Parts: sequence; structure tokens; C-alpha cells
Amino acid sequence: MTPRDHKYYWIGFAVIIAALAIAPLVLPPYWQRFLTEILIWGLLAMSSDILIGYTGMVSFGHSAFFGLGMYGAAAALLMFKPANMWLAFVFGLTGAALVAMFVAYFSTRLRDIYFAITTLIFSQIFYVIIFTWTDVTGGENGLSFSRPQLGIPGVWTTPFTGETMHWFVLAVVAGSYLILRRITQSPFGMVLQSIRENEPRTRAIGYPVERYKIVAVMLSGMFAGLAGVLYAIQNRFAAPDFVHFLLSGEAVIFNVMGGIGTLVGPIVGAGFFLLLREFLGRLFGEQFPYLIPLGFIFIVMIIFLPQGLLGFARRWLNR
Amino acid sequence: MDLLQQCFHGMSFDLFVIQTLNGIVTGMILALVASGLTLIFGIMDVVNFAHGELFMLGAYMGVLVLATTGSFWLALILATLIVGLIGAALQITTLRPLIGRDPLTTILATFGISLILQNYALWQFGPVARKIQEPYTGHFNLFYLEYPWYRLVIAGLSAAIIGGFWMFLKYGKYGIWIRATTQDRVMAQAMGIPVPWVHTAAFAIGAGMAAASGVLFGPLVGVNHIMGLDWVLKAFIVVVVGGMGNLGGSIAAAILISLLEAYASMLGCISPAQAVIVSFVVLVLTLLFRPTGLFVPTPK
Repeated sequence: MTPRDHKYYWIGFAVIIAALAIAPLVLPPYWQRFLTEILIWGLLAMSSDILIGYTGMVSFGHSAFFGLGMYGAAAALLMFKPANMWLAFVFGLTGAALVAMFVAYFSTRLRDIYFAITTLIFSQIFYVIIFTWTDVTGGENGLSFSRPQLGIPGVWTTPFTGETMHWFVLAVVAGSYLILRRITQSPFGMVLQSIRENEPRTRAIGYPVERYKIVAVMLSGMFAGLAGVLYAIQNRFAAPDFVHFLLSGEAVIFNVMGGIGTLVGPIVGAGFFLLLREFLGRLFGEQFPYLIPLGFIFIVMIIFLPQGLLGFARRWLNR
Repeated sequence: MDLLQQCFHGMSFDLFVIQTLNGIVTGMILALVASGLTLIFGIMDVVNFAHGELFMLGAYMGVLVLATTGSFWLALILATLIVGLIGAALQITTLRPLIGRDPLTTILATFGISLILQNYALWQFGPVARKIQEPYTGHFNLFYLEYPWYRLVIAGLSAAIIGGFWMFLKYGKYGIWIRATTQDRVMAQAMGIPVPWVHTAAFAIGAGMAAASGVLFGPLVGVNHIMGLDWVLKAFIVVVVGGMGNLGGSIAAAILISLLEAYASMLGCISPAQAVIVSFVVLVLTLLFRPTGLFVPTPK
């Protein structure tokens, strides 16, 4: 990027953040909540973009990291009185990181398709454990808890309202985006991209490819866990449905729809997917199997629009 | 001590024999599902995510044909053919345009197909499980239990289908085409083999095998729209443990895993839902010590 591009980039970034920050003040509560959820799902999708877009490994196991973030937050909020928001983050992130370390250690021994399959199987195993271990996880019903207070306990606190929740989520997502962007542009990120382009050559140059992959999976898992914590705080429950692999599949769909390897694309994809689902639900009723048309759109986009919406927009702008 | 007692409560030799039989029966069906998956992977590097949904679709076709004609065998044959054709159509419309792209895009495309099929089944047939009436209701006495003949018939039929498929690959003209394409796509094309159609045919055969196992397995449990996921996961585990693209390894791994799960569900301290974890342990151990697959000779 030239300095000029840099300037435009930061101006664009500031405008979008400002627009997202003002949005809850003008939107009705339903859409305000909707926008917050798009941001959270966008964070989940963005975390898996590190693997799909930058390292070239499709993970079908992100629901495990997301879910462990959720259940970690639930554990912290249920165990400690008064509930402390930061402890929820510590517990959720630790849970997600531990699971990610475990999954990464085994699944990075395999490449490409095998990696996708093993991450899927691992996430289903966590689903079975959480689903059947009723004493601890609440089984099918999950766990519900009250929302903690925003702020630093003892210094300054304020209850979460719709607006503060949105701003908090926005701040976390924007921060995560900046961190992930920095990481992908760092030498570490360059090595990841070189693994995507040519793994044997990267190894031949002397990089310990396995170690890089493990760190990439853990990093990605921690951001997915962060999304899980945010979702748990917003919705005040943790449920096994969010560990089911269908959620990982949706994260992959967000990535493909928005454009992989762009970080912003997955958020756009999440917004596109959720808006389309909402639209179909309103048009044909709640019972409508929205995944049928969305699945069609997904396949058509894979075949004809492999760069996703963002790649398409970029090509169209550069015309 | 209490836990141990709880675990081994009610264990007996009879139960052991029965569970061995059960394990072999499910193992044969699993082998049938997994060999279709391995065939498709071996020939075109496509991991068919929709394989479980083809299994499910086969079971539903079985339900429909059985309801109209009343013949189980006709249901088995028609369901296999119809789902085979559906498989061919899916391959032509979604996988053929993706030839030459990153193999990861095919896993995404088949994932899309599985979403569509699963939700279509839910929409069309509803969430209530359907039942396929088994063709033989006879039992024979096995210790204190009456063991249904039909289970043994399933195992035999699955073995026969896999055996027939193996003979076809080994000696049939089109089987040789398939093997040639698996070995070297470009060379096969140069020899005049219509490679794109071999791909389509292989996908159709794999889909048909999945459908046949769906119909065969239908009478043992209900037919519902989510039954595919369990099977595709197990088939994936089998295929990784047995070595991808290795037919014999897949069959051995399928029986090994099903036997272990059957024995695990015998223990009092493990609920049947948790018995899945056993196959997961096998997978982890395989990945740790032999990532290329358990039944693959060590490369020299």
C-alpha cells in the first residue's frame, strides 16, 4: 500500500466504525440486536478466516472453540458472585485455547481435507461430551445465567443495555480485527500465507510448519472463543446447539460468501447470510427451510464467485 | 471401586457374543458406506460431505417404494438406482465445474449439497422418524435372546455388495477404467478413457452404495432426516483410520470401530451416546502413531 492508500484505508475504517457506533441510536431494538449478532458471528467467521484464507486449512471445528468460550463464560458467571465480566473472558478464552491446543496438536498432523474432517470429528466429540454430561453442562437445556455488569468492579460499573452491549461488542470486534490484521501482515502471517501457497517449499526453507500451524489454530480458536464469550454475555445462556458442527459450517459459509482471506469479508458474509435468512423468514414464515435456498446460493457462489462478495465488489470497482 | 463395579455390572459371556454379532453387523454396513466414500475420494480427490445425506435419502426412498409396492427387495434396488442417478446429477451440476480448482472447494460444495438435502428431507418428510418393515421377521435363539435373522442377512448382503464391487473393480472393463483413472488421470484420458464420465459413474456408484446401506439399515432404527450425520462422521473416522482410498483398510477399520463401540456400550458406566467417544480415541491414537492409516503398510 502506498501512503495515499493508507490514508483512504483509515478514513474508510473510521467511517464504518462511526456508522456502526451510531446505528443503535437510530435503529429499533430488534434490528439493533440483529446488528450486534452480525458483529459477533462476523468475529467467529473472521477467526476462521485465519485458517481458511491465510493458512489454507478449512476448519469445520470452530463451533467447539466458540462453544467452549460460551461454557467457559457460563462457568465464570455461575461460580463467582458477584458475576464478573472479565473473569468470564479469562475463563472463556482459557477454555477455548485449551481445546484449540488439543485439537491443533492432533489435527495439524493431517493436511487439506483430512484436517477439515478431523476438526469436524473433534467438534462433534465435544458436542457429545457437553450434551451427555448433564450434571456439569446442563445437557440439552444448557446453562442460563444473569448478565454481568460492564466496567471494572469496585471502580466503575454500569449495567449492559442494548446500546452499551452493542458498543462493547463493536469495540471488541474492531480491536480483534486490528490485531488480526496486524498479525496477518507480520512475518508470522507471511509464513502462514507461504504455507498456504506451498507447504513443502516453506518446510524446505526451514520453517517448522507444524508449529506454525498449531499456533495458527490456537490463535484462531481463541478469537472464536472470544466470539463465544460475547454471545454468552449477550444472550445470557450457553447451549449445546452452539457446539454442534452446523455452526462451524455456517462460519465457513460466511467466509465463502463474504470472501476468504480478507478478514472484513467474513463479517460482510455473516451480514449477508443473516439478512437473507431474516428476509426469507419474513417472506415465507418461520417454518420455511431457509437453508435450502441459502445452500443453493452458497453452491452457486462457490462455482461462479469464488472470491466472494468482497472480491466481486473489488473487481467491479477496479474495472 | 464403586465405579468399577458399576462398569462391569451385568457383564457376561452371552452378552459378549451378542455384542460381537451386533458389532459385525453395523461394521458391515459402515464398511459399505465407507467404501463408497473411499471410491469417490480415491478417484477424484473429493471428500463427499453429502455422503451421509445420500444414505439418508436412500433410506427415505426405501420407505416410499416400500409403501407403494410392498416389496423390500424392490425398494432396495429402486432406492439404489434412484439415488445413484441423483448422485450423477449432483456430480454433473456441482462437482464437474470445480474440476481443476483447489480440492477444498469441493468439500465446501458437497457441504452445501448436504445442507440442502438434509433440510429438504426435513421439509418434505417432517421430523417424525419413519419405519421400514424388515423382510424377515424370523428369530433364532442365542442364549436367552432371540436374535433376528435379518441382522445376519444385512451383514451377508453388505459383504456381497462389497465383494461384487471389488470383483467389478478388479475384472470388469469399466472397473478397470475406474482404477486407471484413479492411478493417473491424464494418462487415462490419453488412452481414450472418458475421464469426466468415469468420475460421474464413480460418484453414482458411491451414492448408490450409500443408498443401499441406508435401506438395509432402515429397519434397525427409524429413518429420520439427521441420520446421515452420524454415519458420515463414522465413515470419515473409518476412512482416516483405514487409510484414505484404501478399500481393504476401510473395511477392516469399519469392523474394528463398530466392534469397539459395541463392547463399550456393554459397560454399565458408559451410555450408548457416549460410546462414540471410543471411535474418537481410536482416531486420536491412529493420528498419533500412524497418521497414514492403521491398515496401510509402512512406507519403506
